[in-house]
Amino acid sequence: MTEVLAADGRPLKASLNRALRRQKLRALALIAPLLIFILVSFVMPIADMLFRSVENEIVSDTLPRTVQALESWDSSSGEAPGEAVFNALYTDMALATEYKSHTRLGSRLNYELTGVSSLFRKSGRRVKRFDTDVYADAFRDADPAYADPSQWAAWMGDDTVRAAVPVTAATYDAWAKMIVEVDNDDPAKEEPWDFVYTSLYNEAVAGASLPVAVDVSGVEPVSLREQFVEVDKNWLDIDVWQTIKIYAPKYTNGYFLNSVDLLKGPDGAEARPESERIYVVLFIRTMIMSLSIMGMCVLLGYPIAWLLANLKDRTANLLMILVLLPFWTSLLVRTSAWKVLLQQQGVINDVLVWIGLVADDGRLQLINNQTGTIIAMTHILLPFMILPLYSVMKTIPPSYLRAAKSLGATDWTAFWRVYFPQSVPGIGAGCILVFILSIGYYITPELVGGTKGVFISNRIAYHISSSLNWGLAAALGSILLAVVLLLYWVYDKIVGIDNVKLGG
Amino acid sequence: MSGLPPYASTGQRVWYYSFRVICGVIFFFLIAPILVIIPLSFNAENFFTFTPEMLAFDPAGYSTKHYQDFFTNSDWQLALRNSLKIAPVATLLSVSLGTLAAIGLSQSHVPFRRAIMAVLISPMIVPLIISATGMYFFYSNPYIPIPFYGKLELPFTLTGTYWGVVLAHAALGIPFVIITVTATLVGFDQSLTRAAANMGAGPVTTFFRVQMPLILPGVVSGGLFAFITSFDEVVVVLFVGSAGQKTLPWQMFTGLREQISPTILAVATILIAVSVALLFVLEMLRRRSERLRGLSPG
Amino acid sequence: MKTTLKLMATSCLTLTASMAFADGHMANEMTIVSWGGAYSNSQQKAYHEPYMENTGVNIINDESSAEAVAKLRAMNEAGNVTWDVVDVVASDAIRLCDEGLALEIDADTQLADGDDGSKASDDFGDLLVSECFIPQIVYSTTVGYRTDLVGDTAPTDICAIFDTDAYPGKRSLEKRPINNMEWALLCDGVAKDAVYDVLETEEGQAQAFAKLDTIKDDVIWWSAGADTPQLLADGEVVMGSTYNGRLFSLIEEQKQPVAMLWDAQVFDLDGWIIPAGLTPEREARALDYVKFATDTQRLADQSKYIAYGPARASSAPLVGKHADLGIEMAPHMPTDPNNAKNTFLYNYEWWADYRDDLDAKFQAWLSK
Repeated sequence: MTEVLAADGRPLKASLNRALRRQKLRALALIAPLLIFILVSFVMPIADMLFRSVENEIVSDTLPRTVQALESWDSSSGEAPGEAVFNALYTDMALATEYKSHTRLGSRLNYELTGVSSLFRKSGRRVKRFDTDVYADAFRDADPAYADPSQWAAWMGDDTVRAAVPVTAATYDAWAKMIVEVDNDDPAKEEPWDFVYTSLYNEAVAGASLPVAVDVSGVEPVSLREQFVEVDKNWLDIDVWQTIKIYAPKYTNGYFLNSVDLLKGPDGAEARPESERIYVVLFIRTMIMSLSIMGMCVLLGYPIAWLLANLKDRTANLLMILVLLPFWTSLLVRTSAWKVLLQQQGVINDVLVWIGLVADDGRLQLINNQTGTIIAMTHILLPFMILPLYSVMKTIPPSYLRAAKSLGATDWTAFWRVYFPQSVPGIGAGCILVFILSIGYYITPELVGGTKGVFISNRIAYHISSSLNWGLAAALGSILLAVVLLLYWVYDKIVGIDNVKLGG
Repeated sequence: MSGLPPYASTGQRVWYYSFRVICGVIFFFLIAPILVIIPLSFNAENFFTFTPEMLAFDPAGYSTKHYQDFFTNSDWQLALRNSLKIAPVATLLSVSLGTLAAIGLSQSHVPFRRAIMAVLISPMIVPLIISATGMYFFYSNPYIPIPFYGKLELPFTLTGTYWGVVLAHAALGIPFVIITVTATLVGFDQSLTRAAANMGAGPVTTFFRVQMPLILPGVVSGGLFAFITSFDEVVVVLFVGSAGQKTLPWQMFTGLREQISPTILAVATILIAVSVALLFVLEMLRRRSERLRGLSPG
Repeated sequence: MKTTLKLMATSCLTLTASMAFADGHMANEMTIVSWGGAYSNSQQKAYHEPYMENTGVNIINDESSAEAVAKLRAMNEAGNVTWDVVDVVASDAIRLCDEGLALEIDADTQLADGDDGSKASDDFGDLLVSECFIPQIVYSTTVGYRTDLVGDTAPTDICAIFDTDAYPGKRSLEKRPINNMEWALLCDGVAKDAVYDVLETEEGQAQAFAKLDTIKDDVIWWSAGADTPQLLADGEVVMGSTYNGRLFSLIEEQKQPVAMLWDAQVFDLDGWIIPAGLTPEREARALDYVKFATDTQRLADQSKYIAYGPARASSAPLVGKHADLGIEMAPHMPTDPNNAKNTFLYNYEWWADYRDDLDAKFQAWLSK
């Protein structure tokens, strides 16, 4: 078999392949700018946000020593941890107070256990005034070198000293870093704070060789455990320590468990108490209400689309303006207008009372409940149903209906067996569009939904801007996004994303 | 539907008229809020309430003070200027990038077409609150992830800046441009570009002189959707923007939250008038496109 | 073709024009964040306008106080603080100060002395609830009712909210546990100073929810400050909780048939904080503004436009008449002895701890 050659003498197959490759590259080159733009300005932010749903570095960043010391504590022992953990906590707390990160951690852990917030705030306020100044005094009294900042700096630059008192060296480093970062001072000119002397004392008692020998046996030891308990007896509460231990890892599934009304306990997931379960109910409600809104849109949108598709172009275009006008009126304004219309002293109730359909004291409750949300959102999303339906119906030749009728079908049979099946892709497109848009809404439900007509997005917004529980917001958002993506995938399989038209 | 045949039965007649009534009711449902907005914007009181004076058509119940407020209040004027500064630029960005990409996507051999399409459409399908918060966090501290290296932090922030809002709005408008332009390109006859190339036109000339005029209606209508998206967007701008980028919807939102004032309705009425004008333009363009299409072969 | 060219040209022009307009924190500009509405207007007239006139600084108003804590935290994470001065309620100021997001202020050296010669720290007194907080006004959350809808006996105490027999109809309450839980316990026979101790227990919370259950079907829950006044004006509710300044404006300025209760109203503070992390020039300017805006005369001036009490003791004698209505403002202040006979003190510390927990329970309760 001889190879077919192209005009330039190359094999035709290779030549065609080359042309195809070039075409592909050209297409990609056209798409690339937008693709990069969307990836950077949109996809990355979403990914970044989803990451917050598992990220949990704050505990180990703020209390690194405590977290480490807690590893050896058995949470099922029924006893609060011992002196070693409180020693670590003292150093962590003293540093965190300067960085003002202890209250931030307090509010983080308060999401998991009520009361931690004030526990941390109180302890932070008092930690500088603990009785550990006796250690510092003991060292300074024993040898003036211990009161000399530059001497300290020199010791801490000396590897043999560092090897002899490793814990003190690490504590000193953290202290020096804090002095530079927070106070903008030179550690070589500042006398170390009490907690550094405390580390030194602990190591001295354990038999480490100090840079200048000091006999610490005469110093009355201060129990940090007691010091903390004096500030707040909740430091003896096992739940506090369990919470710290459970949330110590850098990554957590705690937010996701919380989003499905579970609790991260010491032995894995547990059910939340009945009185705190909200999210599963909200997810289900969001789904059901979005489905109702979608159903309402089909019900109202289908006749309109049919009318528009079968009228003369000029009339249809005129009526189309009625469809597009609300579409282009500010969402906020439309929602407020619905408030005016729907409330009990509102226009609709007034009219109903005036006609006599409803008694004056039996005015209908149309707003601040699910009815309100469904009415307002159906109105807002109706154009998204009408437009795709209309563009599909436009492509159905009217002669099909006539043919069916001339073959003896009744009006109903002709519509149901001939016209309707052909309009199904339009219904599909409209439904998925309306459904996807509606489960993400939050402003309209917030304004007209009352208590039972709000969606999961309202809680996400609440956690973003009021409770500052961004991790939980991200977890709820991830679940919502997963649902939407699943729907999108189904939609693409059934209808194909290319088949959406927006009336243009 | 164009008229009832003379031989229609009584049942058909009844159905024909009741169907029209049903459609009328639905159309009424569609524009009911607008019918409320316009009279209330002339309310003499500072509430969203039909006062007895208004219902009695007493001239004392009406006033144009909310319109005056809109035109004299510096906050509203700043918001209007911002909206007019942000929406066109965001639209321009989404239209130019979106049109190029749509042309690329409409070629016959595009690898990973479905996946690319999904990414480009994603701003429309991701719930707004998620987009808003994601952008809020990311624009505060933008970075570029580099595999096996980590994050390359960028030395600027976009939250609270003009460009931050423009980028966010451009991203939100893109799906509309992609959808409408690809839809127009489906009907575009590729042999026209080949003919132009045959006659010696370069790709740029071909694009501007042959392709662009024919797909222009799709581009413009996509652009209008993108414009409205930005012009009516409140969730993202509340998160990503700051007072310097306060747009009309932002001002309306804080207005509704802090002090209900019919100025919001006056603004809406003005915007409705503008929308009608825009819709009219769209309709003219559509008719023009039909004329042009009538001339094109196939 | 011509159209295309024109279109392109216009777009290019728009782009360049907007780039020229865009951005840039101009040297003589500061962003002040507040709540918006009538409250921002009163600040505009009493503080911003004279300050701009004196100094030539241009003030941009941002109405984001409702999201202040979240936004300041994000700005701080990003290291780009775009706000110069922020108006927040006291509990938010405490939170911001705790997190190191607000600047600590020394009242005596950085704020103006009182007109009567008293030191700033004495003049503000107990109202300096946090090192970062510069008090501005004292306000109350209280209840207003429609005079034409309550029948012959107008309500006199807070428990009218729970009395649906005497006052049938809807009432509006804020969609959060704060204030509602306290009022529920007060009206269920708990003594005023025991409220927070009771609320700390599971049984106490159940008791409060049980009390709220009795009116659950009659409540419209509000989340925006503008809601209750609108609902009262529409006659949509018989009574509702809101801030006393809103009720003043509804009654005196808008002449609506509404009256208000001064009983077990919840006393709270609102004031300024300066975000941490500003450049030295911006920080100096912010301090300069705050010093000006919280002096004795300025605080007294604000009460000409809105019925909130000035936070300085020395401002009280200077409270005069309303700027437009010409009525004496003193009797409308939450600090007026006649109004403050039976106030309820809000416990900041307690709510800082229990806010998240009770909110989850409150939401769960609402959705049942």
